[in-house]
Amino acid sequence: MSDSNFKPRIAAFLCNWCSYTASDLAGTARIKYSPYARIIRVMCSGRVDPTFVLKAFALGADGVLIAGCHPGDCHYIEQNYKTIRRHAMLRYFLEQMGIETDRLRLVWASAAEGQYLAESIDRFVADVQKLGPLNWSANWREDGEREMALEEIMAEHAEAMEV
Amino acid sequence: MSDIPKGKLALYWAASCGGCEIAVLAINEKILDVAALFDIVFWPVAVDAKVRDVEKMPDKSIDVCLFNGSIRTSEQEYMAQLLRRKAKVLVAFGSCASEGCIPGLANATTRRKIFDTAYHTTPSTDNPDRTEPQTKTAVPEGTLHLPVFYESVRTLNQTVPVDYFLPGCPPEAERIWDAILAIVENRLPPPGTVIGAETTVCDECKRTRNEKKVKKFYRTWQVIPDDETCLLEQGLLCCGLATRAGCGALCPQVNSPCIGCYGANKGVEDFGARMMASLSSMIDSNDPEEIDRIIRDGIPDPVGSFYRFSLAAGHLRRAKKLQIAD
Repeated sequence: MSDSNFKPRIAAFLCNWCSYTASDLAGTARIKYSPYARIIRVMCSGRVDPTFVLKAFALGADGVLIAGCHPGDCHYIEQNYKTIRRHAMLRYFLEQMGIETDRLRLVWASAAEGQYLAESIDRFVADVQKLGPLNWSANWREDGEREMALEEIMAEHAEAMEV
Repeated sequence: MSDIPKGKLALYWAASCGGCEIAVLAINEKILDVAALFDIVFWPVAVDAKVRDVEKMPDKSIDVCLFNGSIRTSEQEYMAQLLRRKAKVLVAFGSCASEGCIPGLANATTRRKIFDTAYHTTPSTDNPDRTEPQTKTAVPEGTLHLPVFYESVRTLNQTVPVDYFLPGCPPEAERIWDAILAIVENRLPPPGTVIGAETTVCDECKRTRNEKKVKKFYRTWQVIPDDETCLLEQGLLCCGLATRAGCGALCPQVNSPCIGCYGANKGVEDFGARMMASLSSMIDSNDPEEIDRIIRDGIPDPVGSFYRFSLAAGHLRRAKKLQIAD
């Protein structure tokens, strides 16, 4: 389902030292890229707890992007390797939960790669647009049968109370 | 204690196994103290009072209601709403009411699939007419009703506001007694609190811990762990680090990894996410392919391993419906 009118909500976690600086560079270089990624600055991609990702989906994100320094270049020595493992773990879990794994992406963008980061965001947005809205909260809503059943129980019990 | 006017106590069960009812009796002879302190006005498993009797009580006339079980059907939701109206203090008693527990694992599948398994596909089922329970059945005397079976299991707190949570599958007898004393002596914490410890099972576990580096995860039947070292270090999926203390680390004591029945510790928003975060930190590899292999070979069922007791209370609450409907 490709719908160019669909404006996805993307939570983008960018690490302070590389990817956020890259987005800054993209800005000062006036590179145009998709406005649907809401950028959240974190100190390190290793700071992105799986809780953040699941909470983003539950609160209505259609996609989650994590961007950090290239492996080997982490400001905190090796925390982005932890990000690789968490990403692998999350993908595996999301598969079982029925969420398309394309909705979660890990990108490496150094401080010099403003152009590359902009392109990566554009690509990710386009891919999520193809998948369509996630609308996760609708997933645990019960159908109308529930309210009808509750009303019926109440009516039935109220009737019995009068006897 | 005898000069205090007797309080009114109600106990109820929804989608649960009945273990919580037994746990109440595990306080042994202290149950007599409970009976001395409270009039038990409603307890379907032990006391002859009917739903009608509860309906006739004035609102807020029950002092404490211990409610175990998650919410799976319309009847259970009705009872949750009724008891919320009648009780001053509503306690989510046990893991099912607090975070969905084992019944909540049904959220990994759909109502349709559950019905197919229960009424059609199990080898011992003989149902050529493909009969399934109907919510309404017309008989000469009128219409018979069965509760509506919901698509998703919900926790008590996702259904009605809850004052306190008592975790555990089931809660340990000492913790139950502590909670009862806290109620009687009127020294309850602020509403919304989990009555229990604020540390992890690891804190109660006596095994020695070192830096964790794991090359391979094992299932319990694949290895016999030594009884000195941390079970996680030996590659077993022990959930102690995310789980609230309170049990005395019973399972690790007998060489069995913690499965997380005491629920998320304070500060843990999503039990499974905490497990994923922690396990990722200890996998001893930086190669994406090897990491994938370690995870997928060692953990065949991530939802069941990370959310055994808390799927319904996690951020996602359930698996995607459409995906698994076909």
